[in-house]
Amino acid sequence: MSRPEVEEVELELFVRALKLRHGYDFGEYARASLRRRVNALVQAQGHGSIGELTARLLRDDALLPVVIAGLSVPVSEMFRDPAVFRRLRDEVLPLLASYPQINIWQAGCAFGQEVYSLAILLEEAGLYDRSQIYATDFSDAAIARAQEGIFPAREARLYSENYLAAGGQHSLADYYHARYELITIDERLKRNVTFANHNLVCDGVFCEAHLILCRNVLIYFTDPLQNHVLELFRDSLVRSGFLCLGTRENIAFARAGRDFRAVDARLRIFQREQQRA
Amino acid sequence: MRAAADLVVLGCSAGGLRALHVLLSGLAANFPLPLAAVCHTGSEDVSLLCELLARSSTLPVQEASERCAPKPGQIYIAPSGYHLLLGVDGRFALSVDARVGYARPSIDVLFQSAAEACRGRLIGVVMTGANSDGAEGLQQIRRRGGVGIVQRPDDAEASAMPSAALELAGADHCLPLEQIAGLLNRLCGVVR
Ligand SMILES: C[S@@+](CC[C@H](N)C(=O)[O-])C[C@H]1O[C@@H](n2cnc3c(N)ncnc32)[C@H](O)[C@@H]1O
Repeated sequence: MSRPEVEEVELELFVRALKLRHGYDFGEYARASLRRRVNALVQAQGHGSIGELTARLLRDDALLPVVIAGLSVPVSEMFRDPAVFRRLRDEVLPLLASYPQINIWQAGCAFGQEVYSLAILLEEAGLYDRSQIYATDFSDAAIARAQEGIFPAREARLYSENYLAAGGQHSLADYYHARYELITIDERLKRNVTFANHNLVCDGVFCEAHLILCRNVLIYFTDPLQNHVLELFRDSLVRSGFLCLGTRENIAFARAGRDFRAVDARLRIFQREQQRA
Repeated sequence: MRAAADLVVLGCSAGGLRALHVLLSGLAANFPLPLAAVCHTGSEDVSLLCELLARSSTLPVQEASERCAPKPGQIYIAPSGYHLLLGVDGRFALSVDARVGYARPSIDVLFQSAAEACRGRLIGVVMTGANSDGAEGLQQIRRRGGVGIVQRPDDAEASAMPSAALELAGADHCLPLEQIAGLLNRLCGVVR
């Protein structure tokens, strides 16, 4: 075995400190991306090494929210991968329509881009009034932003193109108000959304969902944590409930992956198996 | 010859498609390493890109999939819209973190993660491109004892990227596109 690099050791100590001192467990986050994010924090905070950041994290509680926000990186888009939303609209929502009340869990909601995309899909399918969307994230800062539903106006063009490519029936502008450099999502789209802090690492089942959307979150997790969260999703879904992951995610290494069957393998839309594998 | 490598990582941007064709057609059919490439072509359809490249390549070309380990003699292209990383476990990982220097995938992200994962047992190649992506990554590779190869800027369709790499990282080999595949073959102890 060759000796680990100093920075690898520093990263492990940072993860330990975050857990022991603040109770946040990043132990099962894939190291390559985590290392980049922690290094970005080191730079943003004007430190020279991860070790320095760790030392401050131990004593300065005010740094914790900054660290969590920095490790969260809530990059998203409305209707990202339009084909996925088109498929949800055309194939999944018609099946969900048979339930008197539809529960949807969006895990890792970032700034809410996908929450409002879902709300629009449901609205246009005439299902929104009997739907409940639970939008969760482990970052309070992200949840607060998601609740506001305010995005830079320069994103509007991309979002509109995505919306139309996803089969949108109107104009995306019908759902927001543009003011200065910002667009604000219409209040009526928020009427059936509940925002809550939920950490996929340590929090449990909290609802019976018909559809779970969790895209591009598990890509940051090691195999064991990915498996753990897939079990959580399986246990949260009604029988034959749907799970939608990011279009490049691979669940072949997770045991719990066998509890799902692909409805559309390319778009990563799955359905819970009737029986556990 | 320098210590054997486990992986070749490659980055190209403007003019990269043609450059990749030339490079892949020159690799030996028994090339013993995996090669992972970030190519900013502006095209969303990486599977089509792989198909096109496979026509001139002696080796199979495919999109890199998350959690899969790169295999010897296979060419992997980063999916569009994701950063491609090599994890410490030697398997591919993806991220949708912010763009780095306007790019996602970013060459620097692939190079840096691979330099860390392979602890320097790798070869980095920077070819034609109109930005400076890859320079920092190549520096990391060379600092850890990996081999840096840069296309000669005056030979590149767009010289900015190889120039930036040379300036920041320097190179163990700086040569025209036509000779890069031959060099890779030799560095890996195979002849075509
Ligand atoms: C890259 S964003 C994905 C956004 C959106 N789903 C998409 O694909 O466009 C990842 C989100 O997952 C959240 N996240 C990361 N780890 C989490 C955890 N353990 N529990 C809950 N949310 C988490 C982050 O805060 C971030 O908002």
